[in-house]
Amino acid sequence: MTRPYLTLTRRELTSYFVSWTGYAIIAGAAFLMGLSFVVLLDKLRQQPSPTPVTELFYATPFFWLILLPAAPVITMRLFALEKFSGTFETLMTTPVSEVQVVLAKFTAALVFYLVMWLPLLACIFTLRYFSNDPVALDPGAIAGTFLGLLLLGCLFLSLGCFASALTRSQIVAAMISFAGVIGLFLASFLLDRAELNTGWLAQAFYCVALVDHMQDFAHGVVDTRPVVFYLSFTAFFLFLTFRVVESRRWK
Amino acid sequence: MNNGLMIEVADLTKRYAGRAAVRHLSFQVGRGEIVGLLGPNGAGKSTTLRILACYLPATSGTARVAGLDVFRDADEVRRRIGYMPENNPLHPEMRVREYLKFRARLKGLGRRQSRERVGVVMEQFGLTEVGRKLIGHLSKGFRQRVGLADALVHDPEVIILDEPTIGLDPSQIRAARQLIKDLARAHTVLISTHILPEAEMTCHRVLIMHEGAVLAEGTPEQLQQQMSSGGQIIAEIAAPLEELRACWQQVAEIESFEVAPAAGDFFRCSLTPRNGADLRPRIFTLAKEHGWRLRELTRNQFSLEDIYMSVTRPDEEEEA
Repeated sequence: MTRPYLTLTRRELTSYFVSWTGYAIIAGAAFLMGLSFVVLLDKLRQQPSPTPVTELFYATPFFWLILLPAAPVITMRLFALEKFSGTFETLMTTPVSEVQVVLAKFTAALVFYLVMWLPLLACIFTLRYFSNDPVALDPGAIAGTFLGLLLLGCLFLSLGCFASALTRSQIVAAMISFAGVIGLFLASFLLDRAELNTGWLAQAFYCVALVDHMQDFAHGVVDTRPVVFYLSFTAFFLFLTFRVVESRRWK
Repeated sequence: MNNGLMIEVADLTKRYAGRAAVRHLSFQVGRGEIVGLLGPNGAGKSTTLRILACYLPATSGTARVAGLDVFRDADEVRRRIGYMPENNPLHPEMRVREYLKFRARLKGLGRRQSRERVGVVMEQFGLTEVGRKLIGHLSKGFRQRVGLADALVHDPEVIILDEPTIGLDPSQIRAARQLIKDLARAHTVLISTHILPEAEMTCHRVLIMHEGAVLAEGTPEQLQQQMSSGGQIIAEIAAPLEELRACWQQVAEIESFEVAPAAGDFFRCSLTPRNGADLRPRIFTLAKEHGWRLRELTRNQFSLEDIYMSVTRPDEEEEA
């Protein structure tokens, strides 16, 4: 049952690393992380700050600059390329279920996405090594940051999977998922714009306020509401992807 | 369970957005046969094969492979079928051995079993030397072999190949045909093609498809015989025109005739016989009796090409 899933995940993951796209994504992300690290150090040098480093890192503009385009670029080829080249037909005529295919592609994208964030860990440890200040580098905050990255990644990548399953063109897939990702990002500011503090609308707006959630995560605060929000929406988008892939077999 | 029938298609219809690609199609393929679906592009060949390979569902009707319904027992059918789609799509970024192993694992073979089978098919298709090459760097002929090796890697009972020789050069086509012929010893093969000589040379039985239905069916020889039996007789005779006409009218076996002047003082007579009779000896005797000079006497033998053209012509005229 799990064998085709593992085989497929492995293939998807290796295909990121045998083409230049995978390295280009990682290089781009590493470059932006390096830049933000430089900005961060510069700030700290001018004025020491009591806030955790991860939160400071989050406060640099580069964070969203990495996160927002990454998901569409990582996921665009998952289904679109296979549909375009026709290998989707050879794939779906093997005894593999649609669920396995969707989950394998999503897993591979997620693993690649986490690998992409590894340089951040390196930055944090470099800082820790030279500053010798365990307070500034709270392990809870680091764990929170990575949990936030993981959850946001799940949401954005599942959205990307769905977009890729809709079309045969990688560009169109990237456009759709980028529009979705930007839309979700901008929805974060609804809470500020509406100037609401109570009521169900404020609650609803808080649920989609990705920027606020990430701020909390980077601070080391894990609220269950965003966690549930991210996981359920990931499941929802993966379900939609499954339905799209399965729709070929509807009568 | 399947009394020797490996593929049974009954009353199969597939509609795409109101247009029927396949309509009320029925045919059967026995164990060990090579059957060719022959027809112009858009005749519904690929759709039929995709339904059999469990890629698309049929709108109505049933299709069975080895006695199993392609919709209800899709996974089991997929295990028994080796399918190569049109244009033979492959992953260009993978290496040949890696790709075949990946495919073998996907098709449910164990680690040891897949290593073994990949070795066997690579040997069989002469891929051993290119095992470490990237598929994207291979020539088209080799890619075709990789596709065939993939179709066979799980040792399926039924092999379905959609246009297996498209885009190959003549010597590669010959090699591919030989490979397909060799397969028939242990497998049942269903191929589609729009190239006549291919069907004529490789297939035991040919189904001519047009607009989603089978128009003619039989071995290449049977089809030839069927069509030739109504064959016209051409005679070129030098004789007075009136005499010729009068004579053809008198012969009871001639259903209709046409007389046209030919080079010299000859007339070219096209005679359509009643009940497919062979009139050649009769005409020879007539010519001798009347003292006519006879310089040609032939009976039209249809090749598969003529049959194909005559069967599919109405459509082409519409398009023109």
